[in-house]
Amino acid sequence: MASRTNHSYAGVPGWIVIVATIGATFVVLPLVAMLTRVNWSEFASLISSESSVAALWLSLRTSVTATALCVIVGVPIALVLARTKFWGQKVLRSLVLLPLVLPPVVGGIALLATFGRRGLLGQSFETFGVTIAFSSVAVVLAQTFVALPFLVLSLEGALRTVGTRYEEVAATLGARPTTVVRRITLPLVLPALLAGAVLSFARALGEFGATLTFAGSLQGVTRTLPLEIYLQRETDPDAAVALSLVLVLVSVIVVAVAHQAGEANGIRQRGTA
Amino acid sequence: MTRGRVRVGAALVGVGVMIALAACSGWGGAPGTATRSGTVPAFGGTITVFAAASLTATFTELADEFESAHPGTTVELSFAGSSDLVTQITEGAPADVFASADESTMLKLVDAGLIEKASTVDLATNVLQIAVPPSNPAGVARLADLADPGVATVLCAPQVPCGAAAVAVQKATGVDIRPVSEELSVTDVLGKITSGEADAGLVYVTDVLAAGDAVDGIAFPESSEARNTCPIAVVEGSANRDAAQAFVDFVAGTVGRQVLDAAGFGTPESGR
Repeated sequence: MASRTNHSYAGVPGWIVIVATIGATFVVLPLVAMLTRVNWSEFASLISSESSVAALWLSLRTSVTATALCVIVGVPIALVLARTKFWGQKVLRSLVLLPLVLPPVVGGIALLATFGRRGLLGQSFETFGVTIAFSSVAVVLAQTFVALPFLVLSLEGALRTVGTRYEEVAATLGARPTTVVRRITLPLVLPALLAGAVLSFARALGEFGATLTFAGSLQGVTRTLPLEIYLQRETDPDAAVALSLVLVLVSVIVVAVAHQAGEANGIRQRGTA
Repeated sequence: MTRGRVRVGAALVGVGVMIALAACSGWGGAPGTATRSGTVPAFGGTITVFAAASLTATFTELADEFESAHPGTTVELSFAGSSDLVTQITEGAPADVFASADESTMLKLVDAGLIEKASTVDLATNVLQIAVPPSNPAGVARLADLADPGVATVLCAPQVPCGAAAVAVQKATGVDIRPVSEELSVTDVLGKITSGEADAGLVYVTDVLAAGDAVDGIAFPESSEARNTCPIAVVEGSANRDAAQAFVDFVAGTVGRQVLDAAGFGTPESGR
């Protein structure tokens, strides 16, 4: 096994390894450079200030909620995209994935036009006495909007990869569609679902532009960690760097977990194939 | 020494900013500028001016007028939040002139030894005004109305200049505003008001004028409690010192005064 791994590595041309190294350095070096700017002696007090803790706590709460929303609506979207065929499906897929490439500020403006006090839906909400503007709900909506494509994308890919054989067998044995989804489809793609959820969570955690445009910025209510970092930069660059490091650490953990889940996915598929 | 080392990287960023801005600096100026007779100054080339975002319209116009008055001299403009500009200059960005939105931000560069102290001039003053959506849905008329819980008020965060001024006004008047949001910049405050999300906000009078019909401004007498001064100065180590000083003199002079007045800026007490 080990010799096979070595063999495949030797198959990569040397120049590709060199370019890959340069590319990896390009990503890693700025993070290392940031470490050199951290004021370690005051690090603990910088990240434990009232505003920092409030921002971190808010970020975690809203990101978890946004991830849950992503799973609730993202799984059905992925299933519809992967398991059905209908006119306009390609257009729908492109539109659902649009927030991936859209500048978040544009997403924020779009959300304002929808859920704002004068927005398409916001006006009706307002008549029922529900105001989304400047609330944590607005933060969650912004995060869900930008994070949803990550879940849909990874899940739809996994659904296509595992194929429909087992689902067909279950159906011929008399299982109802809901039973097939619950007992066959979802267990098969569970690792991909987890990986997608973790990616969505990471994207929600880093959300800045849409939140700033749509939700505002108030400590403990709408000022998430990225907004706090941006604001601290104005007066206390040390605090901004310290909080950036916290965000990087959380992101690294999240990416590692996602990777782990992804590998489990691969093992599982190999095992079942 | 530190400055020399970081300069290459920061210069790359600076070049990028300048390329982006070179495309913008061509328009926006008033045509038919008065050409001045008299001495042809002994400078030319290019100067880079870093100016606070609140000076965007006025400095774009003044740069055009300066170029007309001094053929052969090009003014590159870079606008951003004052704190961002301070960071860029500290990291070695090649600026010749720095115009700040407030004195404390300028002081950071003075303390770092990056400003020619003798060249510092108070350029203009600015006061806060209440900005409301054109229909003024909450019926705001005076500062005290902003403390009404039924009025959704947005302010700048205390960390940014417009927010510091809002804090000063509240302290001086005893009006206790509970904002629904403390935004990161004037643009964000205006955005919440033009979209109708907020009923009122506190921004500078020049911001209200620049926003045109999108917002209505309500002046309030207590605004004088937080009069903000915008200083301008030559950056230490400027490669084109004479031209930089000439630009500072130009915007602090008669033409500059007219343009700044028209934009709603006040004349500083120590102004020339």
